Amino acid sequence: MTILNKFKTAALAAGVALTIALPAAHADEQYFPLQSYRVGPYAAGGTGFFGGFIDYLNLINTRDGGVNGVKLTWSEAETQYEVERGVEAYERLKSNPNVAAWNPLSVGIAYAMIDRITADKVPLITINHGRTDSTDGRVFPYVFPLLLNPYSETSGIVNYIASKEGGLENIKGKKIVVLYHGSPYGKETIPIYELLAEKYGFELQQIEVPHPGNEQQSQWLTIRRAKPDYVVLRGWGVMNPVALKTAAKTGFPVDHIIGNVWSNSEEDVIPAGDTAKGYTAITTQASGTEYPVVKEIVSTLYDKGQGNLEDKNRIGSVYHNLGIVNGILNVEAIRIAQEKFGKRTLTGDEVRWGFEHLQLDPARVEALGAKNLFHSINVTWDNHEGNGYVTFQQWDGKKWNVVSDWIAPDWALLRPIIEKSSEAYAAEKGIKLRTAEDAEAATN
Amino acid sequence: MSDFDWLFFTEVLVGGLLSGVMYSLVAIGFVLIYKTSGVLNFAQGALLLFAALTFVSLVERGVPFALALVVTFALMVVIGIGIERTVLRPLTNRPPITLFMATLGLSYVIEGAAQLLWGTQVHALDLGIEDIPFDVGGVFISQFDIFAAAVAAGMVALLSIFFRYTRIGLAFRAVADDQFAALAIGLRLPWIWATVWATAGLVALVAGLLWGARLGVQFSLSLVVLKALPVLVLGGFDSILGAIVGGLLIGATEKLAEVYLGDYFGGGIESWFAYVAALAFLLIRPSGLFGQKLVERV
Repeated sequence: MTILNKFKTAALAAGVALTIALPAAHADEQYFPLQSYRVGPYAAGGTGFFGGFIDYLNLINTRDGGVNGVKLTWSEAETQYEVERGVEAYERLKSNPNVAAWNPLSVGIAYAMIDRITADKVPLITINHGRTDSTDGRVFPYVFPLLLNPYSETSGIVNYIASKEGGLENIKGKKIVVLYHGSPYGKETIPIYELLAEKYGFELQQIEVPHPGNEQQSQWLTIRRAKPDYVVLRGWGVMNPVALKTAAKTGFPVDHIIGNVWSNSEEDVIPAGDTAKGYTAITTQASGTEYPVVKEIVSTLYDKGQGNLEDKNRIGSVYHNLGIVNGILNVEAIRIAQEKFGKRTLTGDEVRWGFEHLQLDPARVEALGAKNLFHSINVTWDNHEGNGYVTFQQWDGKKWNVVSDWIAPDWALLRPIIEKSSEAYAAEKGIKLRTAEDAEAATN
Repeated sequence: MSDFDWLFFTEVLVGGLLSGVMYSLVAIGFVLIYKTSGVLNFAQGALLLFAALTFVSLVERGVPFALALVVTFALMVVIGIGIERTVLRPLTNRPPITLFMATLGLSYVIEGAAQLLWGTQVHALDLGIEDIPFDVGGVFISQFDIFAAAVAAGMVALLSIFFRYTRIGLAFRAVADDQFAALAIGLRLPWIWATVWATAGLVALVAGLLWGARLGVQFSLSLVVLKALPVLVLGGFDSILGAIVGGLLIGATEKLAEVYLGDYFGGGIESWFAYVAALAFLLIRPSGLFGQKLVERV
């Protein structure tokens, strides 16, 4: 695309965004404020995720005329993944009418928004990330770490390693190193790995990589000396390809590295070249274009020049498909809430009710054209994660291939730990625990 | 001490020294600008990103490797001349802090321009050098790191010869010594600055390719400047030899600190430990190991 064309596209996009961002005059519209990041260090993830999210919203408008006649609208504010910009974008965008939910895809921005969205009574969606104890809807009524919180991710990874060793009883005595990003996100799972190590009897060593992670020689030499059976990579951004390359440089086999959910994209492996072949990572949604919903997005939008991704080769990539799944979950929450409150524009609190009843079994997921794209979700008023299943994918040098069945994390084991943390938070903040009756009521 | 694993120590030390060479590559770009204009060019990281992104984008569009290298270098020369015309010339004889702030702004402009021109995607860069380690008496040494060290050594040798034995090198040193005196004897300051920025562009290209092959060509490349700053403090802002020695010392110190002291501080100390080491050194020797001592008559 030439620069002139880019400017034309930008001008057109600005015009379209302006048109879309002026929904005040229309009653039957539901608005999504998007704190996106399309430039800066994490732009590759941002363009993929928000591209997929917008593509799905656009599909619903184009194919169905909206959700039961309610048009979906959105506008974007650039954050560059910076917390202060994200908060500024929140303050700027929240004045738009008919806000459905916030989806910042940023741990830092999400943390900074929790008190604000709770006061404003609008849901905050942190799909696959966010603080683990926000799973507890008794304490965090408006926060939804959909599909996978960090503790479930940890449990899913340990279960996968166990499956490779022939069962949980066989990981006793094995050695696992967790290489984590030196940030609150990276440190979130330290206690749960310790707990699982104690429960299952594996030897554990957790090693920090300072942000941004572009130098890891000493960490991988330490790993080499420790001679672990597996390394779990809990990385972010540039840390991931550098980890894979440094592992190869220090002689650690890449097929014994298991990536977490933010170390599982094409952007994490492509820069590592051939050294990434055989690397495995957890995911909640498969990549690829063979799913009916993705095909429909291609035929309805991209074939008519209306897709959001600039590079069509990225359709079906990990981040793009995550954005599509996020779109499905947001739209279905609205649809479910409309069944109770009427087929009209909903308040943020009514959309919250919809999320708290977001129960999509495999049959419903198939009906939505997403069979095998993701498994299912079962959100309730007090379980805001929704028991998402995980699967594992392996990089073959060109694409990800699914190498496991859908695996369930050990939710029963995790729930008491989550409740302990959330109740401590509630006590600290003076929050009264919600009941099921409290959750049923939704305000305008 | 009998339990001390000397082989492992050697491996960490060698790895640190080789990492330090990579820091030196970035630091040399800073030194070039500082030597001739007294400006800490904060845009060096952005130049590095721009060079690597341009090169890899050209290669991906089918431009042959060598031609892409030439075209990128030519573009870096144009950028160097452009910076001199639009930023430095209007700020001639302004205080160094003004020029520093200008380069800070410039870094944002260059980063934005790179992303506008070539997009925000992450690219792999294969220079055709295997990054498979070879075993030297039980110590694993990366072929790629050895190659990078050889490139850095070659570049230092060339720049040293250039500064010491060529007329333009002499002019560079004269400008570095006293801009007013250099102007008075007829040296063309704008031309010298444009040339030195173009040379810094070449250094950025080389460093960008090596770092890009290591990290992937992506926005984070511009952050490698943070690795160069303690190197400059330690080695001196105006010494190419200092950049190399400083890089080696910082690389080795931070790696050894991470491995042997990291546990006492909760791990992940190498990024800030490099700055602590540089700061401690600064207190003892403010001009760095090889930096020129400033003497002001009052």
